Amino acid sequence: MKLTLRIWRQHHRTAKGEMVDYHLDDVSEHMSFLEMLDVLNEKLLAEGKDAIAFDHDCREGICGACSLVINGKPHGGFPNTTTCQVHMRHFNDGDVVTVEPWRANAFPVLKDLVVDRTAFDRVMHSGGFVSVNTGGTPDANAIPIAKNEADIAMDAAACIGCGACVAACKNASAMLFVSAKIGQFRHLPQGKVEQLDRAKRLVAQMDAEGFGACTNTYDCEGACPKSISATFIAEMNRDFLKGNLCEP
Amino acid sequence: MKLDAKVPSGPIAQSWDSHRFEMKLVNPANKRKFSVIVVGSGLAGASASASMAELGYEVDCFCFSDSPRRAHSIAAQGGINAAKTYPNDGDSVWRLFYDTVKGGDFRSREANVYRLAQVSNHIIDQCVAQGVPFAREYGGLLANRSFGGAQVSRTFYARGQTGQQLLLGAYSALCRQIGVGKVKMHPRAEMLDLVVVNGQARGIIVRNLVSGRLERYAANAVVLATGGYSNVFYLSTNAKACNVTAAYRAYKRGAGFANPCYTQIHPTCIPQSGDYQSKLTLMSESLRNDGRVWVPKNQADCGKAPGSIAENDRDYYLERKYPSFGNLAPRDISSRSAKEVCDEGRGIGPSGYGVYLDFSEAIGRLGQNVIQERYGNLFEMYERITGDDPYQTPMRIYPAPHYTMGGLWVDYNLMSTIEGLHVIGEANFSDHGANRLGASALMQGLADGYFVLPYTIGHYFASQKQTPVTIENAAFDNVEKETTERIRKLLSIGGNRTPDSFHRELGRIMWNQCGMARNEKGLRAALQQIPALREEFWKNLRVPGCGEDFNIALEHAGRVADFLEFAEVMCHDALERNESCGGHFREEYQTDDGEALRNDDEYCYSSVWEYQGVGNTPALHKESLTFDNVKLAVRSYK
Repeated sequence: MKLTLRIWRQHHRTAKGEMVDYHLDDVSEHMSFLEMLDVLNEKLLAEGKDAIAFDHDCREGICGACSLVINGKPHGGFPNTTTCQVHMRHFNDGDVVTVEPWRANAFPVLKDLVVDRTAFDRVMHSGGFVSVNTGGTPDANAIPIAKNEADIAMDAAACIGCGACVAACKNASAMLFVSAKIGQFRHLPQGKVEQLDRAKRLVAQMDAEGFGACTNTYDCEGACPKSISATFIAEMNRDFLKGNLCEP
Repeated sequence: MKLDAKVPSGPIAQSWDSHRFEMKLVNPANKRKFSVIVVGSGLAGASASASMAELGYEVDCFCFSDSPRRAHSIAAQGGINAAKTYPNDGDSVWRLFYDTVKGGDFRSREANVYRLAQVSNHIIDQCVAQGVPFAREYGGLLANRSFGGAQVSRTFYARGQTGQQLLLGAYSALCRQIGVGKVKMHPRAEMLDLVVVNGQARGIIVRNLVSGRLERYAANAVVLATGGYSNVFYLSTNAKACNVTAAYRAYKRGAGFANPCYTQIHPTCIPQSGDYQSKLTLMSESLRNDGRVWVPKNQADCGKAPGSIAENDRDYYLERKYPSFGNLAPRDISSRSAKEVCDEGRGIGPSGYGVYLDFSEAIGRLGQNVIQERYGNLFEMYERITGDDPYQTPMRIYPAPHYTMGGLWVDYNLMSTIEGLHVIGEANFSDHGANRLGASALMQGLADGYFVLPYTIGHYFASQKQTPVTIENAAFDNVEKETTERIRKLLSIGGNRTPDSFHRELGRIMWNQCGMARNEKGLRAALQQIPALREEFWKNLRVPGCGEDFNIALEHAGRVADFLEFAEVMCHDALERNESCGGHFREEYQTDDGEALRNDDEYCYSSVWEYQGVGNTPALHKESLTFDNVKLAVRSYK
């Protein structure tokens, strides 16, 4: 199929960006979206032009590196799908496809479609862990954990940290990401000890990074490639509130 | 090059304990005076960085991704082994040790493998304490399953995302240490060379991938946790950015490279669909617990819809050839069998290079909901990529490069032949011999990082006196100058071909001549083709843009340049080893029924290669292997 690609180009963090049109004539429906961009980049490089920078790595939907807004939707808006798993069979001959980076103040563009997501890492540094050192831990079966609780923890832990929730949110809120980490630990006995303190610390760092507030429209949940539920946001709010009331 | 494995004497079951006692300690108050550079932040790198920082060492950790959480360990699906024996099925540390030595086709170092089996149990305890959500039974205890090549259920898992959950566990421990300032994290930073001062690894040269500028870092020791080199084949299940550069640069600075020809081809991957293909996707081996592998008995049936081929006309070749292991036969054997039936012309799918993995029997026996619970996310992933629904029609699979058992040679303390340069995880050569068993890579990465290196590196610091070295040292000037010159050269060729086109061509040479099956003629041909391609690379490469910039083509070009040299070492190794063992199958050396034929009299050693200049045959050193505890035997899964 033939496609027109309208892609955000921005040379560096403070440069002015713009949408640039590219044409591809021979796109196979079996290609992945990123393979289609590879083909475009090969063409650009052969012409001596600068390749389009985009983040990607595992191309299996698990590392969370890929991060494109395709036709206005993070990861293209396909259910439970990251950009790297979008295939061209979902597009038609003659389509104009827009490709943009995540848009959020807390995720500045580094080049073209690559954004800086280290704000997520800094949120994690502030308390996204159980405070145990290596060694000296009890036998793994010492504390039984009800299967349904362990399953909820796993649902939350499935977050790949891609940032689609932030990109989808009109407020660029990171509540879904932060609440997923809090949610994983609050459903496990190992994480309960620091439950309230963790919520306070992560929320404080989230605010410091410049992410917006949540107004309960749940675009984050819809955009999440791993189906993280917005219920975790409610649980996080509960922990945050309780933490501030009980241990201000 | 001197190879002293430093294996402790005495009975193997006590060797790690007695070694830990004999190793020197660093006083707690003095630990902060020692700094460590860790390159890589996957399971091995993140767990080592966190554990060393907890002990008090000053750690600088580097990764080329935007966050340590992206490392390719994350993609491991199936699980992690441990000898917990929770299912009461006769497992033990000794059995895990035995299975790993046998699975490695008797080409690993016994003492290392025993230690790995020993610490495996601590890993599970550690991960659970960190909040890793392993699968559980209704009674609240941990669930186990059996996994490729094992007859006991010793594999712990977290849905199909075990690697992700273990990596996030190690990442959370790392985050905690970054938060308290004991680890300084450097994302989007690629190590381009090693700095050796007075024979000791004392620093690295790094390219900041955003600014493009070179940076220098000095420390008391350097740890490489930089993963494997499957991307030498271009198409592999590895993430796109995985590369051999850090390990290869260390090799060029004097570190021995061991057994580079031991590469693992994973039997269950989605077949290639076209020339634009950028990578191959693994479908977890756990699928073989319930899926049955088959191809048509008759070539004439290959183009037909699988449902229309009668039961009698199907060849369940793994069940036929290996009745006791059946569809769970180890990876090397399953992969080779798939190649065999496809070479006979009985492969399926558009390319003819595919076999069926069929769940209809299991769905009939257990119901679709059980299969969905076990493998739902994998089935979805398969459908997303291929457009086929595996509940209705069998999956199509074919082997693909997946893991590399070879790597930088290390002694029992995980130190390479360069003093102070430690190598952990997939980047080293230890533990898996010529073939790795399923669910053992996660185990090894975390064993090295959590429970081995943090002890042994202290012994290194306490055992010798170091002179202070800063980044002003002349050695840093020289290495940075060489790196700058290399980048300038890559940018100034001004030819006609892209880095990717060279990488693809190299991948084809390696897959055809040094892939699932090798022979002398093909390897000799590859040793002609690779230098010719390398020569063309340095004459006809085109990398637009400049060095001090965010330049993805330049990043790729640097990695391809190293693959183009490294591939030759791999072929030399494969050519020198006149036997078949594990992932290394030499067609000249097979039994009458097509099984690998080992030659223990002549090849019971690890081959360690020493750099002799680009294009020159590297020098071979041998670490002979002794098997005092597991009797050398033909590896049979019949």
